[in-house]
Amino acid sequence: MMPIDWQVFILTVELAVIVSACLGVIGLPLAYWIAFSTWRWKFLVEAIVALPIVLPPTVLGFYLLVALGSRSPIGRWCQALTGHTLAFTFTGLVVGSILYSLPFAVQPFTASFAAVDRKLLAASATLGAAPLRTFIRVIIPLSKPGLITGLALAFAHTVGEFGVVLMIGGNIPGVTRTASIEIYDQVQASNYAAANAMSLLLLLFSFAVLALLYGLNRRPVDSKAHNETSWINSPLQ
Amino acid sequence: MRVRKSYRSPGHEFLLDLEFPAPPGFTILFGPSGSGKSTLLDCIAGLTVPDNGIIAIEDRVFFDSTANIDLPVARRGIGYVLQQLALFPHLTVAKNVEFGLAHIPRSERAQRASEMLRQFRIEHLRKLKPAHISGGERQRVALARALVTNPGVLLLDEPLAALDAATKTRIIDDLRDWNQAHSIPILYVTHSREEVLALGERVLVIDNGRIVANGTPHEVLRAPRQETVAQLAGFENIFDAAVRFVHEDRGTITCLLRGEKGKAFVLMETPLIHAEPGSHIRVGIRAGDILLAVAQPIGLSARNILAGKVVSVERRDMIVSVRVDCGVEMEVHITLAARDALRLESGREVWLVIKTHSCHLMAK
Repeated sequence: MMPIDWQVFILTVELAVIVSACLGVIGLPLAYWIAFSTWRWKFLVEAIVALPIVLPPTVLGFYLLVALGSRSPIGRWCQALTGHTLAFTFTGLVVGSILYSLPFAVQPFTASFAAVDRKLLAASATLGAAPLRTFIRVIIPLSKPGLITGLALAFAHTVGEFGVVLMIGGNIPGVTRTASIEIYDQVQASNYAAANAMSLLLLLFSFAVLALLYGLNRRPVDSKAHNETSWINSPLQ
Repeated sequence: MRVRKSYRSPGHEFLLDLEFPAPPGFTILFGPSGSGKSTLLDCIAGLTVPDNGIIAIEDRVFFDSTANIDLPVARRGIGYVLQQLALFPHLTVAKNVEFGLAHIPRSERAQRASEMLRQFRIEHLRKLKPAHISGGERQRVALARALVTNPGVLLLDEPLAALDAATKTRIIDDLRDWNQAHSIPILYVTHSREEVLALGERVLVIDNGRIVANGTPHEVLRAPRQETVAQLAGFENIFDAAVRFVHEDRGTITCLLRGEKGKAFVLMETPLIHAEPGSHIRVGIRAGDILLAVAQPIGLSARNILAGKVVSVERRDMIVSVRVDCGVEMEVHITLAARDALRLESGREVWLVIKTHSCHLMAK
């Protein structure tokens, strides 16, 4: 029996589930706005959303640490509200992970929204549907592959993150110690068996998530509009 | 209604500027692609915002630039069938038709949808998705989906373009029946001459953003005065011509037709118009109005008998298009049987017979 620290694993999955759910709530309207807004400075917002892809996680983590710490207005506000800063807490970890994984959810969402045939949206409007109803009844169902991809990528990305967690979460067992940090710690302590156990678990888990994703996306909604978005079906290309 | 909308893109400027009444019944908008017909429908639907103008159907104002009225698309109460149909691919036929009835109770919704499906004879398809039904069936679903909402105006953008003639006729009949019962303004965009003749009460011919002719289909298509109308009305042969002689006593004039490169000339006798010798006009001749003979015909009433050579013979569906060089190049349509009986092929010497009244004169 390999020495697996289940508390670490459960914490990691819990973090990923919460982050994915939050990204669903934040990401859908944001992606909708990016896909359909005609604001001329929209590209700036798109660039900001994409930043975490190119930034080293330590940079993002550093600024988050500063922003969430007791010297920043946000940090002080949180302190006044909850009695402590967000740095080195699970909530802080969630906030950091949401920002870090944002593009991985928003970009597939945006791509699939933008790929929905505009004629269908026009048809929906002429049939008396307000924009929200069109979004729920037409855009969401036709974007299913992109939504599944975005959520799964956000989930997987959160499970695998390391730099941001280390910077703003620290390494508090049961609070902010996630699987990737546990592996790093065990290797540092030359505890290769434990490192191997957690690594293998993460490997199998990641494979299972991705296999499920590809399985779900194998048969998209029968729509010709989706031929153009076939890349969404293979997100890691 | 009065609509103005201009588009500017580098090297291209387009101005839509139309004013016309839209009473109940069919109003056909006829014109070449790019003439602004679809943009007009988009303006009425609210999908495109005009620069200025007034759009009102009966006494309901959709848009008024001076009064700052711009009713949202969803509240205009229109039925719009797009050329691409835009059926929701993820919904069944029944759900597609029910889509516009969200505001009424569920039971009534289903009942009204089935009634409409029955009326358009597509009840048996209710559980299928659009990808699994035929083109004609999809067309009916799109119409049913738009009509079930009891729209105050119906916009149809080439709704039958992709269909075969028999299906087309049946759907047109269904539409006519529906119109009898409801009597709302129906704006019907098409570039098909047959559809204009089959449907028409009123035709507006639109070209380059403007109305260039209007009237009954007969008036507009049979005696075109504008060249754009002529091209639309199916004149395959249009020539620049100069008036040579005016024979008031014979009721004809003699015109000199100029070929495409301006080097070949042909004299033809055409109906009398008020024109000075030397003035420039255009002559339009339908390819189906020209007779083709393999021996020189004699003793005919037709005033124009032109000798020429066959340039090409090309089959198009059930007609054969023959191009003949008789000084100018003319396109002649004959039947498959005629082609076989005359054994037509490139290089063959032929005579073209054109009646005076088959030559339509237009101002240049």
